[in-house]
Amino acid sequence: MKFRHILGLLCAASISVALAGAALAQDKTVKIGAIYPLSGNAASAGVHGKAAIETAIEIINNAHPELGNLPLAKNAGLAGLGGAKVEAIFADNQGSPAVGQNQALRLITEEKVVALNGAYQSGITLTTSAISEKYGIPFVNGESVAASLTERGFKWFFRVTPVASDFAKIYLDFLKDMKASGQKVDNIALVHENTEYGTSVAGVITSMFKDNGLSIAQDIAYSANTTDVQSQVLQLKDKKPDVVIMISYTSDAILYAKTMQALDYKPPMMIADNAGFSDPSLIKTVGKLVQGIFNRSSFSIGPPGSPTFLINEIYKKRSGDDLDDTAARQMQGFFVLCDAIDRAGSTAPDKIQAALKATDLKPDQLIMGYRGVKFDDKGQNILASGLVIQLQDGENYVPVWPKERAKTAPMLPYKGW
Amino acid sequence: MSSILVQVIVGGLLLGAVYALFSSGLTLIWGMMNIVNFAHGDFVMLGMYVAFVVWTLFGVGPLVGAPVAALVLATLGIIVYFGLIRGVMKGPMLAQILGTFGLALLLRYSVFWGFGANFMTLPENLVGGTFEVLGIRIQASRLLAGVVALLVTLGLHLLLTRTSLGSKMLAVAEDSTAAQLMGIRPDSMQAIAWAIAAAATGIAGALIATFFYIAPTVGETLGIVAFVTVSLGGFGSVPGALVAGLLIGVIESVSAYWIGGVYKDIVVYSLFLCFLWFRPQGLMGKT
Repeated sequence: MKFRHILGLLCAASISVALAGAALAQDKTVKIGAIYPLSGNAASAGVHGKAAIETAIEIINNAHPELGNLPLAKNAGLAGLGGAKVEAIFADNQGSPAVGQNQALRLITEEKVVALNGAYQSGITLTTSAISEKYGIPFVNGESVAASLTERGFKWFFRVTPVASDFAKIYLDFLKDMKASGQKVDNIALVHENTEYGTSVAGVITSMFKDNGLSIAQDIAYSANTTDVQSQVLQLKDKKPDVVIMISYTSDAILYAKTMQALDYKPPMMIADNAGFSDPSLIKTVGKLVQGIFNRSSFSIGPPGSPTFLINEIYKKRSGDDLDDTAARQMQGFFVLCDAIDRAGSTAPDKIQAALKATDLKPDQLIMGYRGVKFDDKGQNILASGLVIQLQDGENYVPVWPKERAKTAPMLPYKGW
Repeated sequence: MSSILVQVIVGGLLLGAVYALFSSGLTLIWGMMNIVNFAHGDFVMLGMYVAFVVWTLFGVGPLVGAPVAALVLATLGIIVYFGLIRGVMKGPMLAQILGTFGLALLLRYSVFWGFGANFMTLPENLVGGTFEVLGIRIQASRLLAGVVALLVTLGLHLLLTRTSLGSKMLAVAEDSTAAQLMGIRPDSMQAIAWAIAAAATGIAGALIATFFYIAPTVGETLGIVAFVTVSLGGFGSVPGALVAGLLIGVIESVSAYWIGGVYKDIVVYSLFLCFLWFRPQGLMGKT
């Protein structure tokens, strides 16, 4: 009798331990810091980024078997950590590199996040990732394109997005193709905002074009929080370039669109470098004034029923807008980070870092149209790529180049309004 | 002169008139009670949102939007005066600065909460589109803002110099105890000053909304220009703000065209500092 009692007690004890263990795994959350411009001039982009991260978390923390090979979607939580849930701690960088840096410090030392994600503006990603580097915390960036970010010899910084030089190459090949088809592209003007993002992208485009026999005839720098861009538009009107390349955030992009219409200026061809011209609120407000503008993208919503289409439905419920390229890249960055934590099976920074280094995602495991995700020694994704899209009707961007991925032919000349 | 340069200067003048328009309220408050309203830019922002709401609800332009904005902002001005300013005026200078600064953040984040962070605009042709005079393109919406800027400046100037209300307001500004002995109630005069200043700011916002983007943070961008305009024109001088606004507009445009957009602020601010070195009271301020 006695023995049976003891056996019973032991059984009960072991069951409760097992239950408690399961409960512990259930309760465990992985905290990730997400720094975005939730106020300030880029708040529109930041708020969409936040919705993208929340969508990713919804997909990770709940079972979504319908999303195909997307890692972490099939079951609820992170399988590698016993089904642990992911939680994002959002912090507002207010559009300021200094504030972003303070937020990174706060997230690491007070919130004890295991990794960081963000911070939209290249200039702020620059300062925030310096803090994570100092504390030995992994930082995964999904959207900042300034080349310098991965040239600092950092060990903890990983970038999933294609960078300025990838895009410069796309523009170059695209323009060469257009030239071959009879479009004049000899006289090119660059119009760019003057923080890290605009300056570095403009620099990369200038040097790559120069090496390939296309010269930049006009370089117009301006400050993104300007109140007026009439003079810049008149400078363009004066020189009459064949192609205008715009590197802008949202508020300034809206001003350019309105001012170009007011001053009746239309270049034969206009290309936008993502950012402001990809912001859904720009398309809603002045999309009809920039019909025919080209843009770069690595994302397309895809046919109904496809994983990207379904993800867009979830995102749309949250944000009210379709998933744009920038928000999709932010979401992809977050997925890559969570996938690494899952594979690491641990929240120890060095284990996550090792898992990030070993990342090897295939195209069918991504929401973006990259050729995959694999980091080089500098932390840059070497399989990132993109295509050229065009806002033909002023409402929706469609892929137009390269031919094999195009839905329709490029529309020329630039229509405007 | 090339026609493009003329276009640059005309653009600068129209821009300057807008600067003057949204600076007049700030200079009035300063002249009346020596308070710098750091929430001024956000008053402009509220005026823009009022115009946007009026357009969304009733489909009408600034002809209705501007008076409604004036009314809403005047009410807000009175509430702010009795709820905040009257209290902090008794405190040290720092309390006044932080008080209006706090108000700025409150307004900004209330709008964030209510309207979200998305950028909005009014339709391009709400105020007659763009027309051409002798090869110079002029946006009707900017011209309207410029004309209204002149009218508002003139109106405020006449009010202060030609009416008994204006004399009473100036008397309170000069010496509120003496004014009180003459039977003038400083409280109501200052509340009226806040109402008028806020109303002018509301009109400015409603008109700027016809050619600018609307966002909760737009007050930050515009607020700085207002401070420069007011100190160049002379704190408290309404005509000074007009001249200063036009001057800054033209200098900005011409330097952005000739030297480059990034450098225009350097040109404007270094000229501004040089000028203050010789004439610290501004163009038309009293010593």
